[in-house]
Amino acid sequence: MSEAETPSIDEAAGVEGSAEAASPSPELLHGVPVSDSRGQVVLHPSRDEYVGLVALLRESGYWICVDLCGVDYLGYGPQRNLPAGVTAERFEVVVGILNHTDRTRLRLRVQVPESDAQVSTLFHLHPSVENPEREVFDMFGIQFKGHPDMTRILMPDEWIGHPLRKDYELGAIPVQFKGASTRR
Amino acid sequence: MTDTDLTTMNAALSRLTSDESVLRLSETEAEQKSGYQAPTEEGLGERMIMNMGPQHPSTHGVLRLVLELDGETITRSKPVIGYLHTGMEKTGEELTYLQGATNVTRMDYAAPLFNELVFSLAVEELLGLEVPDRGQWIRMLMCELNRMTSHLLFMATNGMDLGAVGMMLYGWREREEVLRFFEAVTGLRMNHNYIRPGGVAADLPDGWDEELSAILDVIPDRLAEFDLLMTGQPIWRERLQGVGVITAEEALSLGATGPILRSTGYAWDLRRDQPYLKYDQVEFDVIVGTFGDCFDRYAIRLAEIRESMHIVRQIIDKMPEGDYRSQDKKVTPPPRARIDESMEALIHHFKIFTEGFKVPEGEVYVAVESPRGELGCYIVSDGSSHPFRMHIRGPSFVNLQTLPHLMKDAFLADTVAIISSVDPIMGEVDR
Repeated sequence: MSEAETPSIDEAAGVEGSAEAASPSPELLHGVPVSDSRGQVVLHPSRDEYVGLVALLRESGYWICVDLCGVDYLGYGPQRNLPAGVTAERFEVVVGILNHTDRTRLRLRVQVPESDAQVSTLFHLHPSVENPEREVFDMFGIQFKGHPDMTRILMPDEWIGHPLRKDYELGAIPVQFKGASTRR
Repeated sequence: MTDTDLTTMNAALSRLTSDESVLRLSETEAEQKSGYQAPTEEGLGERMIMNMGPQHPSTHGVLRLVLELDGETITRSKPVIGYLHTGMEKTGEELTYLQGATNVTRMDYAAPLFNELVFSLAVEELLGLEVPDRGQWIRMLMCELNRMTSHLLFMATNGMDLGAVGMMLYGWREREEVLRFFEAVTGLRMNHNYIRPGGVAADLPDGWDEELSAILDVIPDRLAEFDLLMTGQPIWRERLQGVGVITAEEALSLGATGPILRSTGYAWDLRRDQPYLKYDQVEFDVIVGTFGDCFDRYAIRLAEIRESMHIVRQIIDKMPEGDYRSQDKKVTPPPRARIDESMEALIHHFKIFTEGFKVPEGEVYVAVESPRGELGCYIVSDGSSHPFRMHIRGPSFVNLQTLPHLMKDAFLADTVAIISSVDPIMGEVDR
């Protein structure tokens, strides 16, 4: 169950780490705060840094974006494992990228606030995110700016609500058949 | 692994994002526009928009395609999915970690053990739990057998889709041999719930190795029959060679993994490149193709059956003695015999199955090589006995995105060959 060997943090942290006065300077990798989750390297870019960072990583050999998913942290009890300087928001977009040459995997966690639930799309760098981004939109209501086809993918077009949100009411929904009377 | 550089990657990227092969219509638009389309000012000639599926025998379940045709040639297309969506990721948040395996196993129903495996590996990673050697070897054995059944199923459906109807029976027959072994070990032919967090549900039955050796002796001859029936046949080759071609760079940009990526000559297999379980202790080859066409994808799967048999033989020889599941009392229920004599064991057993065990908070992504490509599981735990979020990265879901690009400029008659060669399992696509 060993994951990829993780790149050493020291060697890549050469990027300038202009410490902010308020918070203790977080560890940086590729210029953004980095944390470790069970031995897996997790980057925490802001929404503004996100696309630029993925473009940079793509140029350095992370050809493939394997996974993109959303998480709704509403009602999450414990402290989230975020490096200093990263503000926790309700939603997260989690992106997994893979470097085949040195066999490393990186995970990016982007904080997305509830009040402005949108991020830029990665479609123009990794067309592989087309379906996953549509799924995140469908399930969480997070808009991806610049996505060519921001429509629902799993739920019907006219569906109301985003099922994987934590405040989505679970319950029985009467099954509707076209043109049939609902009386049994 | 072949060399690929940024220039070729960027060239592939600009081809893929230029929107020439994907027909981006919403469901309602597709309905309105279906049928004959008169020439437009934008230079598009006469076209026909046609709907294929979701209830079509060759769409492997409930895949629907909206095709834009110019005569017999496909210009643009779009897979429409969601007909099998049952909210399994949402369900996963309601089930305990012990029940979770029963849920995920129903996603990719042709390779259920891989789903259980990736889920269990993710939970164990969060728990920091080490599975005993025998448990890991059993998992590997079952997964390789499952890879064989999945590929045999592909052989059956691929043959049937292309009109080699006899293949359907042969593929199912060989698959049945292995499923019978699954039944002997797990009690079920599919949806086993056999691999669980902490190990596997039960030890292998007595005489498993002889039973398995008997199966392994039969199958090579049958595979030779497949070769005779299909691989060398000119009709078969005509239908598949040069159809649905994709380059390595395109496959990478579209996130394709598994046989689709390997058919382009790009050798990437998680079993070799990011080994999990005990794959670093067995010998096997990563099968790659050359042309990235339907024939290569077929040939790779056929060769992977042989490779899996090679691995299974090694596992039979190397299977160690010992525990088949972790002895950590937190996650493993007490043995059946203890329950009869100890009240505490009974309570403990009851608690594990009702409340479940608690998993430390954190988030983790684990990936394994399923027959269809990278199968990943992302779990966020909040320290309770249910996952806070459980996401499965289904290879079929991502691989489906290659369809419009594979079908660009292909004939309508080739759609079925191309869909079949992607080998999508809709349960995993829609989850």
